[in-house]
Amino acid sequence: MHCFAKLAYRLRHARALLLWSSTLTVVLLVIGLVWGLFFSPADYQQGEMVRILYIHAPAAWMGLFSYIVMAVASAVSLMGKYPLANLVAKASSPVGAVFTIICLVTGALWGKPMWGAYWVWDARLTSMLILFFLYLGHIALVNAFDDYGRGARAGAILAVIGFINIPIIKFSVDWWNTLHQPASITRVALPAMAMEMLLPLLVMGLAFTAYYVTLLLVRIRSEIAAVQVRASRCSLRSIGKRL
Amino acid sequence: MILKQRRLGWLLFSFLALGMAIGLLLLAASDTVTFFFSPSELAQQPVKQDRRLRVGGIVAAGSVQRTGQTIHFVITDRVHTVPVLFSGILPDLFREGQGVVAEGVLGEDGVLHAFSVLAKHDETYTPRDVAESLKNKSQGKRAPETATVPSPRETATVPSPSGSAPAGQ
Repeated sequence: MHCFAKLAYRLRHARALLLWSSTLTVVLLVIGLVWGLFFSPADYQQGEMVRILYIHAPAAWMGLFSYIVMAVASAVSLMGKYPLANLVAKASSPVGAVFTIICLVTGALWGKPMWGAYWVWDARLTSMLILFFLYLGHIALVNAFDDYGRGARAGAILAVIGFINIPIIKFSVDWWNTLHQPASITRVALPAMAMEMLLPLLVMGLAFTAYYVTLLLVRIRSEIAAVQVRASRCSLRSIGKRL
Repeated sequence: MILKQRRLGWLLFSFLALGMAIGLLLLAASDTVTFFFSPSELAQQPVKQDRRLRVGGIVAAGSVQRTGQTIHFVITDRVHTVPVLFSGILPDLFREGQGVVAEGVLGEDGVLHAFSVLAKHDETYTPRDVAESLKNKSQGKRAPETATVPSPRETATVPSPSGSAPAGQ
């Protein structure tokens, strides 16, 4: 338990980072939302429905990004004893799950008027749904064991195995015919999006990233507090047994 | 350190093995993973009659005919074409030159009897006034390659409610 004590001491510095990231979240979110929802132009085909993009795409990016963070932390924790890596993985999965479900719901709301269907089983949508289930599985598995270390280890193995889904999500629109449109921004040619739509989208992307960092820091801190509570309970119990 | 390197090696090895397994699986199942066939793919490998399938492409210009409830149009990928028969509600984006995916059964006459038609949106995002001026410039010429030129009904809605100069300029 003494490694956690050292960790908690080191994470005092995280308080400054938390202040920065939460401020940045609020500022960027206000700028991005006002810009995207009121000042950016309507699309010539989608009309006003295009504005869902400013929530949908950043949520999708962060859904993937949280998983990458979780998988890397899990791989690190599988290689040796790194208590912080376990905490990062455990803190990241519920955040990623929420971003993913936001992406799925906003996508469905957009799909009905544009495509004519809330949901279709094309490769992009299905792989994104699998990502959501991977997150749920990870949350359940990590908490399924009485022993903290065993739960973390099982979750880490699942997170690393599930990483194979990330390139599948990203390239599904290129590998197979999908109803979902291909990438607009990360492609060889210039972004297929007008500047006055791309800029608010990027601001929203940064806002969601700052939000993710904020949530991750808060969750790691509360996770450390939970570990400390558990440790003190254990030592109390052992003292009680001795008496 | 040796132990860590060995663990890293195992981790990478098992991940690669699993990745290859899933890759082969998806390659083998790519017929079912794919959401729709293009008319050219359909021409290359004829499907069984009464198998449900989806055909995707662009609605050929000048091919849409309405007779009462039923609508008749042609899906093309500029090489091959598939005629489609459909009765039902079409998505808002449906128009000539628009990408669509029709799901149905291929009849003996080669006509796809569709029970649903979905619009496929492409990856371009363009403000209305820009699309407008692009269209004016290319008037008289052939439509651009992506061929998602709005119909006259669509272009009548100028200026768009918030389509004026954005805040950042």
